[in-house]
Amino acid sequence: MSGPIHAAIERKLAEALAPEHLEVLNQSSMHSVPKGSETHFKVVIVSPLFDGEPLVARHRRVNALLAEELRGGVHALSIEALTSAQWRARGGAVMSSPPCLGGSKSG
Amino acid sequence: MTDDAQKFISHLVANNRVMLFMKGNKMFPQCGFSAVVVEILKRHGVAFETFNVLQDAAVREGIKAFSSWPTIPQLYINGEFIGGCDIVREMDHSGELEAKLAAATTGASA
Repeated sequence: MSGPIHAAIERKLAEALAPEHLEVLNQSSMHSVPKGSETHFKVVIVSPLFDGEPLVARHRRVNALLAEELRGGVHALSIEALTSAQWRARGGAVMSSPPCLGGSKSG
Repeated sequence: MTDDAQKFISHLVANNRVMLFMKGNKMFPQCGFSAVVVEILKRHGVAFETFNVLQDAAVREGIKAFSSWPTIPQLYINGEFIGGCDIVREMDHSGELEAKLAAATTGASA
């Protein structure tokens, strides 16, 4: 079951970016935080709005939409922001996230 | 952001062609995302400088404002903001990173 932050991330991205594909993954369980935490997320989003935009600009769009969450409890947000063509070329594959190395405890 | 933190960050970015703001250091990254960027830079064999934001709260918050970017790590090449772990990985795959690093380390402006 997804928590309230998870649901808010999905809703905000879906409303603003007209995604062709959207996956929001709560990866908090890969890190040293309590069970059920909503601290580490990964977003895979495919949107026609990204056509012709550099990666930094795409990430800035996503970060801006989720500014409230990032100021709050979310402190890791991995983003794959793709155009339709890139998503098809990749055959729908998602990159894996790296393992935690303990730093979230100190921050 | 304090002026001191802003000046300090500007100085680091201006004086290091490849500058990584990260959690931990090259030897002991304290975050998986920071570790990925360190590994990629090491694989390219370029000299790079790092700053451990866990040791300085003002820089940790300051770099977010400086770059208008909410997360760590953050990579700068030749004074240009490149992005975080995801972007560095993608640019590594596409070959763009190698081109930027080559331009920066041979003295040409990217």
